Amino acid sequence: MSAELATGVFSWLRRLGATVTGTVGKLGYASRFLIMVLVLSPHAFRRLHLTLREIYFAGVLSLVIILMSGLFVGMVLSLQGYEVLSRYGAGEQLGIMVALSLVRELGPVVAGLLFASRAGSAITAEIGLMKTTEQLAAMEMMAVDPVARVVAPRFWGGVISMPLLAALFSAMGIFGAYIVGVRLIGIDAGAFWGQMQAGVDFWPDVTNGIIKSVVFGLAVSIISVFEGYDAKPTAEGVSSATTRTVVISSLAILALDFVMTAFMFRGIGA
Amino acid sequence: MNRSAIDLWVGIFVTIGLGAILFLGLKVGNLLTLDRAPGYRLEASFDNIGGLKVRAPVKAAGVVVGRVESIRLDTKTYEAVVTMRINQDVAFSKDTIASINTSGLLGEVYVGLDAGGDTAVLMNGDRLAKTQSAVVIEKLIGQFLFDKASEGAKK
Repeated sequence: MSAELATGVFSWLRRLGATVTGTVGKLGYASRFLIMVLVLSPHAFRRLHLTLREIYFAGVLSLVIILMSGLFVGMVLSLQGYEVLSRYGAGEQLGIMVALSLVRELGPVVAGLLFASRAGSAITAEIGLMKTTEQLAAMEMMAVDPVARVVAPRFWGGVISMPLLAALFSAMGIFGAYIVGVRLIGIDAGAFWGQMQAGVDFWPDVTNGIIKSVVFGLAVSIISVFEGYDAKPTAEGVSSATTRTVVISSLAILALDFVMTAFMFRGIGA
Repeated sequence: MNRSAIDLWVGIFVTIGLGAILFLGLKVGNLLTLDRAPGYRLEASFDNIGGLKVRAPVKAAGVVVGRVESIRLDTKTYEAVVTMRINQDVAFSKDTIASINTSGLLGEVYVGLDAGGDTAVLMNGDRLAKTQSAVVIEKLIGQFLFDKASEGAKK
């Protein structure tokens, strides 16, 4: 009995140890991979058409979902915000509330989450499938570095697309809030824009939002290309890598957002 | 998708993306007014600034003419020294009174400037001679209760 228990505990401990060393080892590989991508980045810009193609797939094709989501998020914020603000007779403050929440938080975060599930998963699946069908190995045989040719353009395509998508999301959200707040509810348009302009500053509000979206772009892009490159070369491996991309990217975005918000907006209003 | 079509789409995407950033900067963040406008500095010391914050508006007759740039405590007199940046094209007479007001009951706190009749105007770095501190509601209520109590005692 006790011998059985001991074996059970030992095997459990062994599995725990294997998981921990496996995770730490993968983190180390990911860091090495990031440095490799950065070192080989000049290739992505020397053959600019490769990067442009990836901006097209990651950015242009994400436009519809980003713009539509932004519009609806702005409209909902406007409805809910007005409901609460009007209790205090402050319905005209709607503009500043919507603009600050979109520019500081919701724009970068929601655009990042959508970007991870729309573009990040596609990048992982594409690279993973290239690995499965041995296209990456074939490139190496032809003395073409797959990191320079396949990974770096996708990485930079994502990094460049993400801030633009976040800005579009915020702008569209403010437009949606304008439609609901001013056109439907009937807040005075002058008060809506005036309160917004008085309360939102380019520095630090808008610039911090842009910095956030750049960081999210870097995080999502490196996670996507790494998971694709590291995927097990089987159908199952690609599917689980795609899932991991979305899960890890989303968690990374939310955690990074908390850390950056704590740094950026700590001093405001004090 | 051939290469020129992709170039075109990426061009459109980057253009509207930068347009969105420009929209956030100009229409939402109001980048080109007030904060960037050249101006001059005025100082005013108050016994109590209430809830005044840095970047609060400075208003004359309700019109925003500048922003609060910094707030510090004068350790000799224990008064709050408020530095304001006033728009270049607005001049105030030497006997201008600065007061700390609140717009509405829950509204923002701002510095109000009431111009006087003096012909000499305030220059960069000048200090306003007359100021009126923020009204602290707790003190007002305390005063009111105290008066009521003393009235009752007389009867």
